[in-house]
Amino acid sequence: MKRLLVLGAVILTTAALAWAGSENKPKASGAPKPVIQKAVKGEQCVEDTDYMRRNHMVVLDVHRDKAVIEGIRTPKHSLKECINCHASEKTGSVAAAKDDFCISCHSYASVKIDCFDCHSTKPKASMAMHALNAETAHYKHKLAAQATSKVDVEEMARVAQ
Amino acid sequence: MSELKSMTDNTPSSPQLESQQRRRFVSAATATAAGLAVAPGVMLYQVAHGRAEDQAASSAVRWGMLVDATKCASGCNDCVTACSTENGWTPVAESKQPKQAPQWIRKLELQDPLTQMETNLPMMCQHCAEPPCVDVCPTGASFKRADGIVLVNRHTCIGCRYCMMACPYKARSLVHEHLNDTQKADVPRGIGCVESCTLCVQKVDRGDGNTACAEACTAAGHNALLFGDMNDPESEISKRLRELPTKQVRADLNLNLGVRYHGI
Repeated sequence: MKRLLVLGAVILTTAALAWAGSENKPKASGAPKPVIQKAVKGEQCVEDTDYMRRNHMVVLDVHRDKAVIEGIRTPKHSLKECINCHASEKTGSVAAAKDDFCISCHSYASVKIDCFDCHSTKPKASMAMHALNAETAHYKHKLAAQATSKVDVEEMARVAQ
Repeated sequence: MSELKSMTDNTPSSPQLESQQRRRFVSAATATAAGLAVAPGVMLYQVAHGRAEDQAASSAVRWGMLVDATKCASGCNDCVTACSTENGWTPVAESKQPKQAPQWIRKLELQDPLTQMETNLPMMCQHCAEPPCVDVCPTGASFKRADGIVLVNRHTCIGCRYCMMACPYKARSLVHEHLNDTQKADVPRGIGCVESCTLCVQKVDRGDGNTACAEACTAAGHNALLFGDMNDPESEISKRLRELPTKQVRADLNLNLGVRYHGI
């Protein structure tokens, strides 16, 4: 009798849990995927795209120490150059809106960055403000034909690992 | 003294003399390079200031400044304005929190209580060779670069403000509030970090060879600020330092300052 009671309790609890679980199940679509905007300037990043997705923070770290402590300010690998290429055409920034280059992935991966507490998120001469800026005028055709690509979840998961 | 002189005469290849000759040769070479015109009116600036982009700042150079207080005009604030424009900090007058406002450079008006003589001078980080701010920093964020510029590495600064207390010149300030992306692209600065005059390190590394304050002072026609390499005997600042009687503020502290004052 006692055994039967225990068995009954277990079955009831399992059923209750399963029912509760079905309510809280995440929707099939999951979290909104990051939007990766194509860089406005240039065709190819300073390093391989796959490498940069996984190791941009290492690259930036090495460069920042050289720049601040030794004064070696080569444009390759500098955050300023990242921003020059990747600032969004809409906001002119890499971190102003939630679809901007840095924020898009970082909010998806929920990795907080404090780069922009100190660093400007905009290129020296903002593209959004000055469409006819001499420095960016010849990229206008690219701005017009800009494509945004969605990254598939599997790839993001690989990056996160 | 005569003995010393004869010794030098007898040994012309003494290491000291050799290094002096080499220095003279190097500066002569730089002078020649400075005159290299790429096209009419276009000069090779990078060569003129002798440091390639991928080369580290070198201790062969010591950046410094000569302030001629006799030329510094009363009521003129051009150096302060130029500094705030170049480096993106809000001047005291425009700040919502004037007591917390950064002062990378500030104008002082001093008066001798006995003679009523007034002296005008700008005060900023003195870029000591032996900086007390570097001595006290618990994280190593406050440091002196090889070329004598005293800086704060904001990546390691924890905002403890020991350096602010250690500085005899009140040259440093803390950023108390979020700057909300108002920084200049060339000059990162932000909440929770201590900051001060950088001798326009971004301009120096670019090869401009001058600071915003000195440029503004020259543009205003006062010529009270002169920036240059104190290690190069041929530089304008070295020549002027040789001629003019100059003082270091609080020379008693023996900090060997990078900023020297004339007329105080």
